[in-house]
Amino acid sequence: MLLILVGVLNRQIGGLLVDPRLQTWLTVFVSVMVQAVPFLVFGVVLSAVIAVFVPRSFWARALPRHPALAVPVAGVAGVVLPGCECGSVPIAGSLIRRGVTPAAALAFLLAAPAINPIVLTATAVAFPGNPEMVAARGGASLLVALFIGWLWLRLGRAEWIRLPHRAHLDGLPRMEAFWAACRHDIIHAGGFLVVGAMAAATINVAVPQQFLHELAARPVLSVLALAGLAVLLSICSEADAFVAASLSQFSLTARLAFLVVGPMVDLKLVSMQAGVFGRRFAVRFAPATFVLAVLVAAAVGMVIW
Amino acid sequence: MNRGAQAVVMVFFGGAILRATMDDVYLRYVKQGLRPFLIAAGVLLVAAAVMALLHEFRDQRRTSAQPDDDGHGHHHSGSAAGWLLLLPTLALLFVAPPALGADTAARAGSALTNSRQEADDGSRGDYSPFPPLPPDDPVKLTLLDYGSRAVYGEGKTLRDRQIQLTGFIAPGPDGQPLLARIILSCCAADGIPVKIGLRGDVPRVSTDTWVQATGQWIPETAIDPVNGSDIPYIRLDTWQKIAPPKDPYE
Repeated sequence: MLLILVGVLNRQIGGLLVDPRLQTWLTVFVSVMVQAVPFLVFGVVLSAVIAVFVPRSFWARALPRHPALAVPVAGVAGVVLPGCECGSVPIAGSLIRRGVTPAAALAFLLAAPAINPIVLTATAVAFPGNPEMVAARGGASLLVALFIGWLWLRLGRAEWIRLPHRAHLDGLPRMEAFWAACRHDIIHAGGFLVVGAMAAATINVAVPQQFLHELAARPVLSVLALAGLAVLLSICSEADAFVAASLSQFSLTARLAFLVVGPMVDLKLVSMQAGVFGRRFAVRFAPATFVLAVLVAAAVGMVIW
Repeated sequence: MNRGAQAVVMVFFGGAILRATMDDVYLRYVKQGLRPFLIAAGVLLVAAAVMALLHEFRDQRRTSAQPDDDGHGHHHSGSAAGWLLLLPTLALLFVAPPALGADTAARAGSALTNSRQEADDGSRGDYSPFPPLPPDDPVKLTLLDYGSRAVYGEGKTLRDRQIQLTGFIAPGPDGQPLLARIILSCCAADGIPVKIGLRGDVPRVSTDTWVQATGQWIPETAIDPVNGSDIPYIRLDTWQKIAPPKDPYE
């Protein structure tokens, strides 16, 4: 029965795929998923370890007692997580569950995918003629993460974050709890990753590049255009530097905005954040982060270039 | 979505990832270096699914033995979003969409951007001079290497040499066929084409046909209307159709 269905579907889909644009869409969609899977699984396993094996008391000892001080410590700690943004969403969710103050967990969430060594190395390789881009990217990203953390302390409300119901891990034996946490996060974050990957593939196929070319000549508009493009394209933070380098008709400041916004706000991230932290959180967090990231990137760009 | 359904989705998804790494299918989507991580992730997905099934069967046996046990409350966790994971799974297993090709090359601007502002502030000025070509005849170059030597190196290292390029045929802005290849830095979402214009014995074959072509550098460039980048040319002496290479990207 299933085989027949699959056979029929196969022919139907095969017929549809004659259109080259649809084919490109499917290729980009599948490739965003394939590329994200190792990072998703890695992040999920790490977050399950945090949820099950790291005692709550560890975070109380590791982070400064005062939330305003915990934010920079958590932000800088993002340096040690070698991965891209798909992995850091479940990890930040797990940190909040384990009693880490949300402001610090959010600073970590924003900083980790942008300032880890792999991403900064990729940036250096992509911009051989502009080594200052590495410092500008790392510095601007860290600043945005800290600002958002502190902003959350002032304005954030705990009830905006609604972590999805997870089967009571506390009553289970440790290994069983570990696998249950893994399964739950993979299914949940993975499902929302699919939504984001579909959106990213659509943008990739639908946005005409000539249009961007015409925007490049206007300084303010070009910064906004590339920041918006970073949101829509949803490229992995380990690869976005190469794309930014290829957008060379744009000013370096505009490309810095692309690199700062991309790992913090993009379609697949917003989708995953809505899934992991709740929709009320995502509709506030993403726009605030976007505005702040654009402002900080523009300011840093003006100082350097 | 109950635990059993989640396990089934994870088995299929992990299995599809593993299946793609068994041959060269995964190379259509990501770089070769990601393979060990893909295998590890696939194995972990399958392992998590197996553990979930084991726990499911154990709990079912327990609840049927003791009907009073309040075990059923634990089964219905997780959102329906997980079903979406079947989409990439089915696409990978049954369609395995082809690598990016002429469609992307036609819509995206070439990678050989020699932008004015970078030339002005001199940051390109110390761009490493290209080492001389190896003595092979014809010498095999990637499209990116040929294009960079032609555009940034002004063709100095290419003069009087027979050069062999491998790429697919894509329609150029003027309707003439181009030789193109996609550069990947991470996954197909960031694929950027390199385009080389053709003179001489131009292959008149359908788009997306892979060819291996040999020819000489000529001092001619065109402007890619998509992003204003340069399209260097080559004058072809011979060419032949070939099967698509294992790794379709540069």
